[in-house]
Amino acid sequence: MLRYIGKRLLQMIPVLIGIAFIIFFIMDFTPGDPARLILGQSATAEAVEQLTEEMGLNDSFFTRFFRYIYNAVVNLDFGVSYRTMKPVFDDVFTRFPVSIYIALCGMIGSTLFGIPLGVLSAVKQYSKLDTAVNVVAMTMVAMPPFWVAMVLILVFSLYLGVLPSAGATTWIHYILPTITLTLANGSAVLRITRSSMLETIRMDYVRTAQAKGVPRRVIIFKHAFKNALLPVITTVGYIFGSLLGGAIICETVFAMPGLGSLIVLSIKMKDIPVVMASIILLALSYGVIMLIVDLMYAFIDPRIKAKYQRG
Amino acid sequence: MALAATKNNKSIALKRKGKLKEFWRRYKKNRSAMVGLVLLLFILFCAIFANVIADEDAVTRHNPEIRRQGPSAEHWFGTDIYGRDIYSRVIFGSRISLMIGVFSAALSLLLGGVLGAVAAYFGGWLDDIIMRIMDMLMSIPATLLALTLVAALGSSTTNLVIALALSNLPSFARLTRSSMLTVVDSDYVEAAKAYGARNGHVIFKEVMPNAMGPIIVQTTQSVSNMILTASSLSFLGVGVQAPAPEWGAMLAEAREFMRQFPYMIISPGIFIIITALSFNLVGDGFRDALDPRLKD
Repeated sequence: MLRYIGKRLLQMIPVLIGIAFIIFFIMDFTPGDPARLILGQSATAEAVEQLTEEMGLNDSFFTRFFRYIYNAVVNLDFGVSYRTMKPVFDDVFTRFPVSIYIALCGMIGSTLFGIPLGVLSAVKQYSKLDTAVNVVAMTMVAMPPFWVAMVLILVFSLYLGVLPSAGATTWIHYILPTITLTLANGSAVLRITRSSMLETIRMDYVRTAQAKGVPRRVIIFKHAFKNALLPVITTVGYIFGSLLGGAIICETVFAMPGLGSLIVLSIKMKDIPVVMASIILLALSYGVIMLIVDLMYAFIDPRIKAKYQRG
Repeated sequence: MALAATKNNKSIALKRKGKLKEFWRRYKKNRSAMVGLVLLLFILFCAIFANVIADEDAVTRHNPEIRRQGPSAEHWFGTDIYGRDIYSRVIFGSRISLMIGVFSAALSLLLGGVLGAVAAYFGGWLDDIIMRIMDMLMSIPATLLALTLVAALGSSTTNLVIALALSNLPSFARLTRSSMLTVVDSDYVEAAKAYGARNGHVIFKEVMPNAMGPIIVQTTQSVSNMILTASSLSFLGVGVQAPAPEWGAMLAEAREFMRQFPYMIISPGIFIIITALSFNLVGDGFRDALDPRLKD
């Protein structure tokens, strides 16, 4: 098992370097002059040129990229933000917890919404309830999250005045973002739960259990649900991974100081070191989450566990 | 000889027609798929006849005298902060959103499809390289990747389409690859290869048509995804630029005033939902109609 984990972690290194290359390459095209951004509009052309030279920005693309990777890997130095002139992780690490909370809230909300309704609509396939759940799920996917967020703010903050519309200081601030993210992602959990349940319900072992006279409740939860869980876990893990950096809209509308809004700001300011560090951190977290998902498979399914142990 | 050829063509045409008819027969039995189709036709109607059912001048014309008016007989959806008619803007907005959605999905399908097909067909190191790059792209959230790309390319509708297409490329490449792999191993492909058919022939004539089902479904549904992401990016100010009547951009403009003038955020939102919903429902309908396991 440990060998498997080690192998997976090692495999992440080339992936991260590849991602770093892609982002470095894209950011290179972004218009804007870092030296000018640092010195401000009033600086002279000579000063800007001098700083550009000092920062090594006149070097070729590959020289800059390899210098970046060298500093990052050997010295663990990811550079200094062009905007604040502080080490990048000062900013990134103060904001990352907020993103983790947001993603956790969204993931838990989607799971609590999606799994029960998914199981219910699979067990009662073709009933009125199933149809109603499907209609709700389809509409939810089609709603743009920023619009949902605006409507929620309008109703709960502006009209009723019961919930705050901006910030991330207390748990109350996380209520509206959680609803927004649940509406955006809950139906994915619901649909995968439903289809996975429908598949397992038709399995032979479920029929055997029925024939043996096992109570319906036990069949649904012990026999069918446990086996239907694998694809659901993948989906939930994927949602968590993508919400870490993908809750940009939510962070922006609710003015939450998370990583997503930092990336948007940094992209607009051409603050390359911050963009690089944030995206590498996100990709690393994504990789770790997917590894955890795969390990969870092993706990649920002994067949997969046996496979990992063989290495 | 010529006669035989015509006869042959005719029978192929008949066979194809029969397939389409069968597809339609199964599709129209699905109620939610039909609802999706009606919604889609409605949005298409709005887009095609926008200049008939709405006033093109009112889309961009500033009219301070009538600004911030609620819905009325004259301005069905009210007017915005510059006195532009929201109804006309929303109707013309359907052209922009449909165009972005369809073009970016098509471009993504084309690029991703070629990459996936090449990876599946040739396998080996080429497969490894292509799929590892796709894995890398997959681990950056699509919205974030699109945002970075638009920032690099510059905010414009064309660049938005390119960015959306590139950020969704991995899912198309993966899907094409996996659905091709199941086909590549089949006997008829082996037969064609043994017969001495060239790679291009095997890919486009044998493998593609048989691997098409899931790809069509995903393309339809990704149109809706692209439309949603495009409106999100426009909402963030990096997508379609003002004064173009893009729904997301309209909502961004209305955001500051939503307390006093909540009607401004209703109609663009409803239209986004209708459009996205229609493509999702139609995509689901396609999947059910194409699925041989559901055949009655």
